[in-house]
Amino acid sequence: MIEFKKLHKSYPIGKKDSLHVLKGLDLKINEGEFVSIMGSSGSGKSTLLNIVGLLDTHDEGEYILNGQKIEKLDEKKAAILRNKFLGFVFQSFNLIGYKTALENVALPLYYKGIGRKERQETALSYLDKVGLKDWAKHLPNELSGGQKQRVAIARALVANPKVVLADEPTGALDSTTTDNVMDLLKDINDEGMTVFVITHEEEVAEQTDRIVRLKDGVIISDEITATGKLKGKYV
Amino acid sequence: MKFLFDKDTWQEIYSSIRKNKLRTGITIIGVMWGIFLLVVLLGAARGVENNFNKMFGDFATNSVFVWAQSTSKPFKGFQEGKGITLKMSDLDAINREIKGLEFVVPRHQGSALAIHNFKTGNFGIFGDYPTLDKVQKKNLVYGRFINDNDIKERRKICVIDEEIYKQLFDKDEYPIGTYIKLNSINYQIVGMFKNGQVGTGGPQGGIHIPFTTFQQVYNRGNSVGWFMITGKPEYDIKQIEADVKLLLRNLHKVHPQDERAFGSFNLGEAFGKFMGFLLGMQFLTWFVGIATLIAGVFAIGNILLITVKERTKEIGIRRALGAKPWEIKRQIILESVFLTTIAGALGIIFGGLVLMLIDATIGSGPEAVLNNPTVDIPVVLIATAALIVFGTLIGMIPAQTAVSIRPIEALREE
Repeated sequence: MIEFKKLHKSYPIGKKDSLHVLKGLDLKINEGEFVSIMGSSGSGKSTLLNIVGLLDTHDEGEYILNGQKIEKLDEKKAAILRNKFLGFVFQSFNLIGYKTALENVALPLYYKGIGRKERQETALSYLDKVGLKDWAKHLPNELSGGQKQRVAIARALVANPKVVLADEPTGALDSTTTDNVMDLLKDINDEGMTVFVITHEEEVAEQTDRIVRLKDGVIISDEITATGKLKGKYV
Repeated sequence: MKFLFDKDTWQEIYSSIRKNKLRTGITIIGVMWGIFLLVVLLGAARGVENNFNKMFGDFATNSVFVWAQSTSKPFKGFQEGKGITLKMSDLDAINREIKGLEFVVPRHQGSALAIHNFKTGNFGIFGDYPTLDKVQKKNLVYGRFINDNDIKERRKICVIDEEIYKQLFDKDEYPIGTYIKLNSINYQIVGMFKNGQVGTGGPQGGIHIPFTTFQQVYNRGNSVGWFMITGKPEYDIKQIEADVKLLLRNLHKVHPQDERAFGSFNLGEAFGKFMGFLLGMQFLTWFVGIATLIAGVFAIGNILLITVKERTKEIGIRRALGAKPWEIKRQIILESVFLTTIAGALGIIFGGLVLMLIDATIGSGPEAVLNNPTVDIPVVLIATAALIVFGTLIGMIPAQTAVSIRPIEALREE
């Protein structure tokens, strides 16, 4: 599903220097995996997510998404691919404040070019799935943090992507709601969705099936967790 | 273009406007003010123009009046200060010698005590030929103007204006066929006309009697009080004025450089000056209006730019969710066009209302300052179209800014 080969990324600093963030990553994530990328800040995990999410481009190496080699993407193509293959869940929810929960969830479908009625129905069914059907008409600021993140997850799922990318999905939540959100992500994964979580919290990472640890732009470990072993996906 | 008819497109615009009521309101006021000013100024300019046309409408504007004074230079043995009298023979000479003339109308003028029944008044009295009607259009309410038979037979008839009628007659009295006494002689009224509004360009209104009758009654022999001369449109009236005066100096044995022997008033020149003034005013109106309009449109661009900055994150989210750059762009451009159009429509409506108000208060009647102030529909449509074009162009700046921010940077912004 997601594959990196010798992936490099550096950011220019000033005129001459550049910061080498990703130093040749090799990683392969199969369909249906529940993977977390762990690392302290500055380890390059956010950069990795941006590249995976087609929000940023890599300098060297290969990135293959769903069997398609990603290179020389213009913004239009990237937008189409994002809409088709990727669902985003952000730490700060990133809901649009003046749109209701339902409208927020329906937005990816709008950009997919789906008709209004179908959009509403699909969005409502996904809101139902995250248990927020009754909150459909509420604005984000009328929802709690956990609810917001569930709306965001519904939005990430609504266009039926191949991969859900979650950037610190629990970073702004307390421990109970963290568990709720993680349970939701687990459920999604159980239904076959590839879930890719970026976090620096050990407890969160432990709930995934596979932990990839990043440090200073290189992978220092790649291990299957206890829950992952239990599922028997990795033999 | 399909997106223009998409309910969702407009829903997006509606929600974005609803979210920012204040800035939307201020933006709309900015552009509205521009087009409002343009409409009102153009209307007012048109009102002044109409007023002016009404004033001069009865006059052939390519005309000059020439009268005799007294010499200021000695010539051919005559001392300076010699009085000059224009003669009917001058008329023939002018007609013969000067090119490009349309009409030459000899006139006499004096004043008369008019009596009708027990009402009296002092009015200007003019000896005129029928051709006067060609040069200074008489809007006859009743009856007719002086005709050739009146001239031939030196009839004691007169044509009066409405003001005189009002002063000498009772209300609803029919004036035609009745007699009024002018300096002790009875004249039958054959016509009544309505005055134009002109203040400049020679006397107007009053009582008109046949030229020949005037000569006889007031003992003027074969003399002429003054000439009203109109030139054909393709001829320069200033040249005609100079030629006529030179000819008259010749005929009356006046020094060729004696500028004071004959007086003249060049209506064409005065009219031209005024027209120039009107033209200048119209130019100023357009200039101010369009400048204000552009300022308003720039205000829209500016505010949209601020909005784009405010909405950077939202735009980032939308792009993460799969919005193509063009979809973001057209949204912002459409918003700009929509705002300018709404503002333009409001400006036109308010401008129209103000013009209606002006029209209702000071826009009609003889005392009107601005006569029938209007703006042509095509002008309004062109202004609106220009506004939409400006709106689109100016919307492109913030739209380009919006898509030039990379989604990752947009999302990072807190």
